[in-house]
Amino acid sequence: MSRRAVITGAADTAVGELPGSSCMSLHAEAASLALADAGLRPADLDGVLCAYSFTEPHLMLASVFCEYFGIRPAFAAAVQAGGATGCLMVTQAAALVEAGLCRHVLVVAGDNRLSGLSRDRAVAALAEVGHPQFERPFGVTIPALYALVAQAYMHEFGATPEHLAAMAVACRTHAARNPKAQMRVPITVQDVLSSRFIAEPLRLLDCCLISDGGAALVVSAAEAARDAAKRPVAVLGTGQKTTHEHLVAAPSLTEFGCRDSAAQAFGRAGVSPADIHVAEIYDSFTVTLLVELESIGFFEKGEAGPAALAGALDLGGRLPCNTHGGLMSYAHSGAAGGLFHVVEAVRQLRGEAGPRQVPGAELGFVHGDGGILSAHCSLVLGRL
Amino acid sequence: MPADSPAPARPLPVPNADTAPFWEGCARGELRLQRCTACGAAQLPPRAVCAACHTGSLTWEVVSGRGRIASHTRVHRPPSTAFKAEAPYVVALVALEEGPRIMLHLRGAAAAAPRIGDAVRVRFDPPSGPHGIALPYAVATEDSA
Repeated sequence: MSRRAVITGAADTAVGELPGSSCMSLHAEAASLALADAGLRPADLDGVLCAYSFTEPHLMLASVFCEYFGIRPAFAAAVQAGGATGCLMVTQAAALVEAGLCRHVLVVAGDNRLSGLSRDRAVAALAEVGHPQFERPFGVTIPALYALVAQAYMHEFGATPEHLAAMAVACRTHAARNPKAQMRVPITVQDVLSSRFIAEPLRLLDCCLISDGGAALVVSAAEAARDAAKRPVAVLGTGQKTTHEHLVAAPSLTEFGCRDSAAQAFGRAGVSPADIHVAEIYDSFTVTLLVELESIGFFEKGEAGPAALAGALDLGGRLPCNTHGGLMSYAHSGAAGGLFHVVEAVRQLRGEAGPRQVPGAELGFVHGDGGILSAHCSLVLGRL
Repeated sequence: MPADSPAPARPLPVPNADTAPFWEGCARGELRLQRCTACGAAQLPPRAVCAACHTGSLTWEVVSGRGRIASHTRVHRPPSTAFKAEAPYVVALVALEEGPRIMLHLRGAAAAAPRIGDAVRVRFDPPSGPHGIALPYAVATEDSA
């Protein structure tokens, strides 16, 4: 047996609008749930990784959380890579336990981004990701930056607004089976195409949600997994790639680091995209998911849209994807958004997903991207 | 925010040591790029190092201001009330003839029905704000506006 890290606990809080929650209360609730899932006590943790917060920002968020939760681990640090953070925290936690530096690492994120910020403040805060001198003066939002990618990608590879819409419809179809999802009313391609423009060609239903919520995982050393209550899920391969931060300086508007990140993860796991049973892929916008599905190698260029329209991303399709509903229909609360994808993959690989279960799912793929397809992180997870 | 609060100011660039020559050029109606003396690469945004070869020193040169639309979007939902009066507006990435991309607004005929590959020319707003910033924008090459 290899010394590969295993995920022993996975959980998330309720999501949506959670009045009375705070950034740290969501962290603590998610942590408690993940520890209970693993059958571990807080004192078993010797490592903690946190991310970032919009509502309670701090230079040392991991220390803030440890103080709040009442733990004193040996290792505590925060990771910030935008939407890649969730996968990156799992990657870092796996490296810590595989290097023998820790036995049980808690990965936790949460934010009350919906109830703790107005929608205008959330949009404005996110827009600060743009380059302060060469992007922000031109009034770009995150949707506008992704719209620039969408326009270029549609021009080069022939994707259409219907193909983009198919991504949102696929996520909503899954969410309708998930009682926890924030948006569960089924939608059609026509609903997406008749929603209002945010930044052309992206419309309201091409965009992710803004949510309150938290998520946490426990990543454990292989030899420590016997401490855990449930069958562990192995971290079989991880990969990363960073090519730029600001879109104005991106090497390409149509080819991104998701390809190399995923190839590294597949290579380390010794599997190929065709082996994957269930995928949870970052879907900040419809275009994000479409580009990643094609760049990672699940579909040829120009194929993901037509395939999704024919049901390829649904249960029983070629690649069931974002089975919880994704950022567009389940929830998106900052760094916890990317962790929701990991938590869902763990549930699928344990066979715990109920009406949305992919039958016989043994190999899962998770991908996160931060910035404007700037920083990528991929995970291949497997049932042991 | 109370209804009678004034719209916040647009986030105008605050030049630093890397970027001051670029913005000084804009205020004079010149588009300036950095060029590496070792590898010849042109770059934008400006930096203290050549991001292509990491070895050469950098010089500033005035460039043509001609380029082609690499992508575009009409922004309906602005990032803040500072941009509300202008919305919807067309943001473009323009691939300059010299290589680097620049972000700016399209105006005039170029903004009506922009297409990737359309030829455009960079122009400048009058300088404004405490740092005398003249933001670039682009018009269709044949547009005299």
